[in-house]
Parts: sequence; C-alpha cells; structure tokens
Amino acid sequence: MSSRLAVRKTYKLWIGGAFVRSESGRYDHATASEDGPTVNIPRASRKDVRDAVAAAREAAAPWAARTSYNRGQILYRAAEALESSADRFAQSVGRAEVDAAVDVLLHYAGWTDKLQPVLGGINPVAAPFLSFSLPEPTGVVGIVSPDAPPLLGLVADLAPALAAGNVAVAILSEAQPLAGLDLAEVLGVSDVPAGVVNLLSGRRGELATALGAHRDLNAIVDAAGDAELSAELDRLASETIKRVRHGAAVTSYDSAVGDSLERMEAVTELKTAWHPVGA
Amino acid sequence: MTIETRTSIVWDYAPAPESADHIRVKDRYGLFLDGEFREPAEGRYVPTINPATEQPVAEVAWAGPGDIATAIERARDAQPGWAALPGLERAKYLFRIARLIQERSRELAVAETIDGGKPLRESRDVDIPLAAAHFFHYAGWADKLRYGVGAREVTPLGVVGQIVPWNFPLLMAAWKLAPALACGNTAILKPAETTPLTALLLAEICQEAELPPGVVTILPGDGSTGAALVRAPGIDKIAFTGSTAVGRDIQAALAGQQVGLTLELGGKSANIVFEDAALDQAVEGIVNGIFFNQGHVCCAGSRLLIQESVRDEVVGKLWARMRRLRIGDPLDKNTDVGAINSAEQLERIELLVAAGEEEGAVRRTIECELPERGYWFAPTLFTEVSPAHRIAVEEIFGPVVSVLTFRTQAEAIEKANNSRYGLAAGIWTDKGSKAFEVASALQAGVVWQNTYNHFDPTAAFGGYKESGFGREGGPAGLRPYLRVVR
Repeated sequence: MSSRLAVRKTYKLWIGGAFVRSESGRYDHATASEDGPTVNIPRASRKDVRDAVAAAREAAAPWAARTSYNRGQILYRAAEALESSADRFAQSVGRAEVDAAVDVLLHYAGWTDKLQPVLGGINPVAAPFLSFSLPEPTGVVGIVSPDAPPLLGLVADLAPALAAGNVAVAILSEAQPLAGLDLAEVLGVSDVPAGVVNLLSGRRGELATALGAHRDLNAIVDAAGDAELSAELDRLASETIKRVRHGAAVTSYDSAVGDSLERMEAVTELKTAWHPVGA
Repeated sequence: MTIETRTSIVWDYAPAPESADHIRVKDRYGLFLDGEFREPAEGRYVPTINPATEQPVAEVAWAGPGDIATAIERARDAQPGWAALPGLERAKYLFRIARLIQERSRELAVAETIDGGKPLRESRDVDIPLAAAHFFHYAGWADKLRYGVGAREVTPLGVVGQIVPWNFPLLMAAWKLAPALACGNTAILKPAETTPLTALLLAEICQEAELPPGVVTILPGDGSTGAALVRAPGIDKIAFTGSTAVGRDIQAALAGQQVGLTLELGGKSANIVFEDAALDQAVEGIVNGIFFNQGHVCCAGSRLLIQESVRDEVVGKLWARMRRLRIGDPLDKNTDVGAINSAEQLERIELLVAAGEEEGAVRRTIECELPERGYWFAPTLFTEVSPAHRIAVEEIFGPVVSVLTFRTQAEAIEKANNSRYGLAAGIWTDKGSKAFEVASALQAGVVWQNTYNHFDPTAAFGGYKESGFGREGGPAGLRPYLRVVR
C-alpha cells in the first residue's frame, strides 16, 4: 500500500479572526464538486451571527482608522494570496471565477485612496469657514451572498465594503459554501485584522434575517436575488434605519466592478466639517 | 467685572415690529396641481394658524387620495418633457425661482414667521436667503450633472414625492425641490400640516417663473396625506425630512419596492465644550445651537457636554446669557425666541421636561413675560442630567438643553457617540489638532468647530445611524435624484 491517506480539512466559520465551529454544534453537508467528497460544514446559528457582529463592531473603529494606503496594501495582499491559491480554488469554482475574484480584489485595492477625492471635497461656502465633506465608512456591513457564483459573488460585495473602510459579516452561498469558507484562509494570511471579515455558512433564510434584525449593524448588502427575502430585509432594516442595497448576482469581473462607485457609496457616509477661518 | 455685575444690567428694548401690511395672503389656497391652484377633489379646507396668536392665517386645501393620484398622473406626463429640456433651459427656470424668492424675500419672511412662529430675524436672515441660494446653487448644476457624480452617465429617476417638516418650511422645500428639478425629475411636495403657507407662495413663484405645469405640485395635508403619497403607485423616489418614527414607517412601507428613499430624521446632537475653549464665544454658540428657531432644529445642540473643570463657569455664563434672551412676538425684530410651532409640539416639550424633573435632573427656566395667547415655552436648562435620562436620550425639539459633563477627550467622544442618532455635533476648543481629531471620531453627519448651525447650499447635510441616510446640499445632494446609466 503505497498510497498516502489524505489529511482532510475540517471546515469552520471565521469569526473574530478565529476558525470556530458553530456554537450550536449543527452541521450540513457540502461537496466541492460533482465528483468530490461530501464534507461537513458548520451550520451557523443566530448566536453565531450575534458573535460575528460583536467581533466586527470591535474591529470597526481600528480598521476605519487605518490609512487608506494600508487598507489598499492589505486588499492587494489578499489578491496575491488568492492568486497563489488559484489552482486549489479552480477545482471547485473554475479558473475564470478565481481570476475574476483576484482582479476584483485588485481593483478595490486601488480604490482605497481614491474614494475620498471622488466623493469628497472642500465646500465653497459663502462664509469664512473651511468646510469640507469627506466619505467615511458606515460601520458594520452585513452581506447576504448569492448562491452563485460562490466566490466572485462574495468578493464583489466584500471588497467594496472593505475598501470604503467598513467591516463585514457575510453569509456565504448556501448552495456552495466551500469557496467562501476557503477564502477565510486566504484573508487570514493577508493581514486582514481579526474581526474585519467574518464568514458564516448555513441556511440563508435563518441567518440573513438574524443579521438584518441586529441593531448594531449599519448596512445590509443583499445579492441573494430572492424578492421575498429582500422585502423582509427592508422591513428589518427600517427598525434602526439601516442602509440597504439590493443587487443582482455578478457574473463576471465587469459586472462586479462596473458599478464599483455605487457599491462603495451604499456603505459610505458623508461627514461635513466646518472650521472657522480667522477670528 | 464679575459675571453678576456684568450681567445685572437689564436692557430694555422698545418693540420693533415688522409690518405685515405689505404681504398678500389670500383667504384661501387650493392645491397647486398642473400649474394652477385647484379645489381639492374631496373639498376639504383647513385653517392654518399663527402659533403666536392662535389666529387663522388662511384656509388651505388638504389633498386626498384622489388628488394624489391626479397629481402623480400630471407629474408623470410632465416629466419626459422636463427631462428632455437642455440642462441650461431647466437651469433658467431655477435661476428665475431663486431671483423671485429674493424679490419677494420680505413678504416670504413675514409669511414664514406668521405661519410658523419663528422670529422674523431668523426667517429674514436665514430661511429665505438660504432658500434662494439653494435654488441658485442647484440651477447651476442642471447642465453639469455628470461632473457632480464622479463623471458617470446619469438619468433622472422620474416622479419624486417629497415630504417636508414645519421647522424650516420654505428652506426645506427648497432643499427638496431644487436638486430634484435640476436633475430632470418632476416633484410632488407635501408641506407640513402646520406650515403650508410659504410652499403655496412658492407655488405662485413657480407660476410667475412660468414653470411648465406638472413639474412642481404642492399638496398640503397632514400625516395621512404624507402616508398616502408614500404608498401611492407611480412614485419613483421618496425624500422625507421629519421624525425618526415616521422615517421608520416610510422605510418599512417601501419594503420590497423599487422606490428610492432618502431620510433626514431626528437628532440628539452633542455640543462639546473643552476647557481650552474661548468660553464666552462658546456660550454664544451654545445659545445659537439650542435656542435658534426655538430648538425646533433637527441638528440642535441639545446635549451640552462640558469638561468638568469648566462646568460651573460655563453653566454660570450660559444661565446669565439665557436670562437676556427675549421671548415673544416673532414679528418683533428684537425677538430671540419665538412661538412654539403648535399646541401638539408644546405638549411634547412639556411632557419631556416633566420627565426630566421626575427623573431627578435640575431644571432652570428663565423668568419672562409670555404673551397670553399662543404657544410658548421659555428657554430651559437642565443640569445634573444622567446619560440615561429621557432628556439626554430623546429628541425634545424645543428650547431645552441638557448639561452633561466629561473628564477626558476619550470620554467626550464616547458620550457624544452614545446615541442612536448621529446628525450633528459641535466642538469648542482653541486647539486645532484636537478639533480635527475629535471631529473625525464623532459619528455625525455635520461637525461644527467653534460655531454651530451654519448651513450652505454647497455643503452636504445629513445623518449617520438613525438620523437617516442620503445627503442634501452640494454635489452629494444630486446623487439621490439620479440613476446611473450603464
């Protein structure tokens, strides 16, 4: 017997920088590809959602306070790390999707220090003040990913949220969660600080509504393409006046970045400051 | 000179009332629909009241569901033609409106004051000039839209429904209409139940400017009219300024629909005074922050955070300054604090002030003679306020300031951000680097350093958190009225 027994991976949630099982102890089955082995994946609970939002809130202010340059470098690092794992991801989602996801990360790595000059500026007010308006991250963003494409669909919403200085709690593709769970390992070696990205696998209906109802969440980005869920998320968002963006699932690099400014605007606040000039 | 000797002088002023005989208020106003004043389909007229005298100013038609449906039809008919005009031609109409507001500014100021109760000094120096400036600013955008939205190709949304509050009636109408029209939308505006008058004068101005029929519709009414407008089919976007409670209802009502929404809601803004501030200047800013417009200001500096080391000095100076405020006839040019907008609002202020006393805060209200008729509330200061008291948490929307204290900068930021709201904040310090650091740490859409309650059409205004989303003013104010084309 010369063949070596493979070391299998235990798939875990990624919360607060730690790889954890669902606190509920529940699991689901998933397969990486049609002929791949069936594996167990964690079926996250409402409590996991709360833990993830708490971890994200903890990480929000320090991440927002980092320089744009630093956030850009971290997103670039994530692109590098995903590229170097491209072969592995290609086995489950196909090469084209991995390439597109890498390029999307790269695109947004370059956005971090452009958003402010594009959306902000000095206001020529008719009084002796230095008045300026600058974009700031809205805070903790909840992302509801589409079933497909599982990797690109996640990255298309995650990257703009991070580039604009937000932290995120993302609910992964319910149908194909493995690529998203694998992405945690890529981000985990890219200097993404603990809690800035939190990834949860499980039943979308259960998790998305728990996320949407969370009072310490600032925005919801929903690309699940489920009209009933969209309406429910809108209703839940109104409880605390959350910002909501509904988008269609992306199909390509172009569709993921063609509206990049709108994607960032949806998770951005504008702050106007007035400072007196002279006495 | 001590504070006591300096402030013991009581200046007496002779009354200086603005004459109201030059303004032309009709007895009765219809709905402004399809370019003309019309009888409402339901035939309902309601008097609008001067809150300083409780006397009716005029009778105003309130729109019913049938009127709303007709208005949407007319606005929809007019929209393609309005959007198809070259940008500069749309601009010319808006420039005309700006100029007409300036020409009729004295009349508009008096009308605003008799319909809403705000001091003439404010309607004359703030509301009306800023309303004209807003139209002038957005007029200039009409042929430059893509430069305001990051060089994207854009198209108007269609018909927008706009609901404005009673605290700055004409100014809020300008904030809503000017960008909507510049972007090529047609608009249906619902003024507030208690202050429809200047919106109806603006309708006359639209006629004078020969604005095409259907481009602007003015449908007065109460909350039920607004609720019906929000739910009416055929509206592409709702813009609402008002309370967080109503904003929440609107957001929920639009769930699952492809209708744009921007909300400018309530606030409980922190005005932070550091020990190194120029304290006399700060006191003027505190007074302006909370007593401007009787405190009927969404961004009012209603939570006064004072550094402990200067707490007694600032409260002493503030109280001395408050006692010099002149409360009374809003038409008197010396009046600082006018009438409370309505009996209903007065009741809400009284309720929250009573709650403040019940919860153990110490109340000081200035002693002054108030007119026998009308709705009045004298400027009030609460000390010994805990962060959990209702008067430290809930929006009072009246001339009532709650004093809290802090020791360190970090504590000031933490307390300022400890609110479900995030509309505005003030910072008083003579240290520039500290002002910038604190400003960037505050979760608020507008931060004023060593000033308060300044507004400009070029500067974005809007809230974080439960103070709403979307911005008004400047290029950011265009975005909610445009769809990006791809």
